[in-house]
Amino acid sequence: MKLSASDWLLLSPELFLTAAGLFLLSISVFFGKAKEEFLAFLTILFTAVTIGIVVFISGYHGHEKPILGGMFVVDNFAIFFKVLMLVSIILTTLASVRFVGNAPYPGGEYYALLLFTGVGMLFMVSGNNLISIYVALELMALSSYILAGYFKGEIKSTEAALKYFVLGAFSSGVLLYGLSLVYGIAGRMGLPELAKLFAGVEKSNVLLVGILLILAGLLFKVAAVPFHVWVPDVYEGAPTPVTAFFSVGPKLAAYAILARIFYVAFPKFHADWGLIVAVVAAATMVVGNVAALLQANVKRMLAYSSIAHAGYALLGVIGFRTEFGLWGILVYLLAYTFMNFGAFALVVLLETKGYAAESVSDFNGLARRNMTAAVVMLVFLLSLAGIPPTAGFIGKYYLFTAAMKAGYAWLAVLAVLMSAVSLFYYFRIAAAMFFLEGDGTPLKSSYTLTTAVLICAVATVLVGIAPQPVVEALRACVIQTP
Amino acid sequence: MQLMGLWIPILSIVTYVPLAGALAIVFFLPKERTGAIRTLATATVIAGFLASLPLWFLFERGHAGYQFVELAPWIPSLGVDYHFGIDGISLVLILLTTLMGIIAVVCSYTAITERQKEYYVLLLLLQTFMLGTFCSLDLFLFYVFWEVMLVPMYFLIGVWGSDRRLYAAIKFFLYTLAGSVLMLLGIIALYFYNTTGFLGYKGLGNAPTFSIEKLTVVAQGLPVDLQIWLFFAFFLGFAIKVPMFPFHTWLPDAHTEAPTAGSVILAAVLLKMGTYGFVRFSLPMFPDAITTPWVLTLMVTLAIVGIVYGAMVTLVQKDMKRLIAYSSVSHLGFVMLGVFALNMSGIQGGMLQMVNHGISTGGLFLLVGMIYERRHTRLISEYGGIARQMPVYATYFLILVLSSMGLPLLNGFIGEFAILQGAFARSFWWAFFAATGIVLGAAYLLWLYQRVFFGEITNPANANLPDLTPREQLTLVPLVLLALWIGLYPKPMFDVLRVPSEKIVEAVGGRTATEPQLARERPSAPVEASGLAEGTPRP
Repeated sequence: MKLSASDWLLLSPELFLTAAGLFLLSISVFFGKAKEEFLAFLTILFTAVTIGIVVFISGYHGHEKPILGGMFVVDNFAIFFKVLMLVSIILTTLASVRFVGNAPYPGGEYYALLLFTGVGMLFMVSGNNLISIYVALELMALSSYILAGYFKGEIKSTEAALKYFVLGAFSSGVLLYGLSLVYGIAGRMGLPELAKLFAGVEKSNVLLVGILLILAGLLFKVAAVPFHVWVPDVYEGAPTPVTAFFSVGPKLAAYAILARIFYVAFPKFHADWGLIVAVVAAATMVVGNVAALLQANVKRMLAYSSIAHAGYALLGVIGFRTEFGLWGILVYLLAYTFMNFGAFALVVLLETKGYAAESVSDFNGLARRNMTAAVVMLVFLLSLAGIPPTAGFIGKYYLFTAAMKAGYAWLAVLAVLMSAVSLFYYFRIAAAMFFLEGDGTPLKSSYTLTTAVLICAVATVLVGIAPQPVVEALRACVIQTP
Repeated sequence: MQLMGLWIPILSIVTYVPLAGALAIVFFLPKERTGAIRTLATATVIAGFLASLPLWFLFERGHAGYQFVELAPWIPSLGVDYHFGIDGISLVLILLTTLMGIIAVVCSYTAITERQKEYYVLLLLLQTFMLGTFCSLDLFLFYVFWEVMLVPMYFLIGVWGSDRRLYAAIKFFLYTLAGSVLMLLGIIALYFYNTTGFLGYKGLGNAPTFSIEKLTVVAQGLPVDLQIWLFFAFFLGFAIKVPMFPFHTWLPDAHTEAPTAGSVILAAVLLKMGTYGFVRFSLPMFPDAITTPWVLTLMVTLAIVGIVYGAMVTLVQKDMKRLIAYSSVSHLGFVMLGVFALNMSGIQGGMLQMVNHGISTGGLFLLVGMIYERRHTRLISEYGGIARQMPVYATYFLILVLSSMGLPLLNGFIGEFAILQGAFARSFWWAFFAATGIVLGAAYLLWLYQRVFFGEITNPANANLPDLTPREQLTLVPLVLLALWIGLYPKPMFDVLRVPSEKIVEAVGGRTATEPQLARERPSAPVEASGLAEGTPRP
């Protein structure tokens, strides 16, 4: 197969980012610990250039057409995710500079791995074929396992990496098994071809088992109950900037492929998997929120909170047949990326005991130590709890709407009640920040971390107050199915 | 509003003046300059009040629609508009809010000594959010203000409250939030019913909108079963806020633990959000639901239980602030009873009583706050014989106690009388139980007064209490004047409240019992109104 110029163009973000990662890896040997900040700067620069390329492609006429024999597609849906994921890489880098600088491990590999994870994610969201999606998923996963264990001297970090690896590999196996069953029935791998084929056939049990295994594998990746048990340990053990990244970047990618596979290939069997997803969503929201109530460690609390948020996002999956389903997921994930990353970034700021175990009491008296940090954290917490006028409210509004429209009123009721419950643990942090006395020493933030936090805060507030431009742009990013 | 050829968005100005003041304090005043912060906060609320005054004079009394309307698209993708406008009921509540804003700021000068900058910023933010709630004519916008209002109140209670403030703050937030999220689903359901339908209900196919006016018409045409579901979705949000029995348990904690200004705002304005919700949404939107016998019986029963149970619990309170807090449960039971009487007299009385309760209970909280500043205790048993030491204080307290009791010549009487009249028109027993509440109300208030003010000073700590300062009196005078004005000459209030009440009666019309004549005529007959005030109501 010969690649045309436009094929090269469509592939250029991934290729550029790969080259950038390799470049970083090769030059990092020339930089000692002291000059690592330059590597971080390069990472941000390369990622920003990649965003530029992606944006350029989005203006390129005819970019939606699948290339590489239908395996790779750069539609608006993919472009949205690519930009958002690249932004999350920039944010992660900003949040990592001081953190990695203080750690006794070489920083070059860290940033290179971050970029390789990014490459995997970019390929994932463009995957239009079961095999290309799977390969990209593994590329992303392998890099992220290493990131989780980046603090190799810390036992918790190693444990996190191992847990992440074992369970990740297991879920990939489940996913692969499902893919093979579907392939065995259909004899093809492309998502649109599958949809076309299924339109004319009756469901069979083998096919349904295949679909369910794919679903299970993907629910593992998005951390839905009962496939969530790895999340708290991994989130707690991994270095905090990495945790922040895990909670958004790979999550976005996982949601993107879940959406693409089920929205494009399996809409016909919605009645079969819809109820299962509904039950999983209900369980995820309940378990995530209730378990978060009991946590004393902020990272674990936010881990459970992100599980709960995975449950809300599933409401959009249930609503795929309505106008608000996929649209709602996009709006919600946009909001989620900024608010959740922002909350974790504040945990990075408060890093007190090396790298692990941040208890809620570390937030005590933050309002006196650094008022801006406390107010910004409050914004993220309000947004996570879905209080208007924040991005989180707009996102949740869409998802609740999708669930109502899809006929799952009971699920919507559960979701709103659970989001009221979530307020209780989010506001434990708020209460600690504003009502309790801390150690009183002023808290200084680094410029890079401040930048990351402020980007998140501005986005969270702006999308909440003036959502119109954003939601309208995202409406255009919904996948067009024939 | 047109002024000299210029169109002025007066409602937005009234709403956002406090926000502007808050931002100015945040960005321009360092926290050490407490004097300047207080001055700016005071200037802001006074400016807000002055900006809201023209509303009262320019408001067209007989006009059936909303006035001072501002309309601009906000989220066109969803059909959400930035839509402000008021009718009579929002008018009086807006004025009450701007006035209470001044009182809340001024009464905090000495009470709040810590973290003053944050305090005044939060107070001003709260002011904006409350005003926005009353001005909104778009359900989505309303919901945004309704929810975000909880945040500053949470912090006011949590930072500047008394001993159990953390518990009270989160309880307040969770209770009200839990109620209002279900309302959000109700709003979504209405939205879909108006557009594409859901859950087997066929939609009307209209363009998406959250306009309260349009959705009210849509909701009135809903099938009864759906109306009842939606009524209860909205009901929970409003009933918790009112609070109606049995959703009232957050109230004593929040009121008692909040700082004085917080209690005043809570009692005077925040509780009115719930009753306002009933008259703005529940009744006009779901008339078939509310006239369904079992629903109405349930509502009235809850209101009456609130009145009687609230009053009985009030009787046994040992803490002054808690006592007044519980009395709110009883008083708001009255408001709800009047509203659910579904006739002119009851609804008008209920609306008026919303304002009255704000004046009298807000004032009582203010008074308790003043003595608390002097003695740092709220226990009734710590006091006794205060009248000798603080005659001025005792006088103000007496006037507001009498106003709260519903003594003729004062505002409470007019409201309670109209409510009783409305209730009586529906059923003798409703009025009977409500009247029991009035008797109990007189009992707990007079007993409170007697224990605190009469007798000899037994506690040496009370021997040298200074009487009220001019500043403190300044916060009380407007309330007393209002109480007297409404008590003596309620016609202007009834004039303003008549149209919205008529609209509600019309919405539930034909389904209610016969109208009592007096209530229909009173608003247009000033003589009768003043005659009423002298305690000689005519049949």
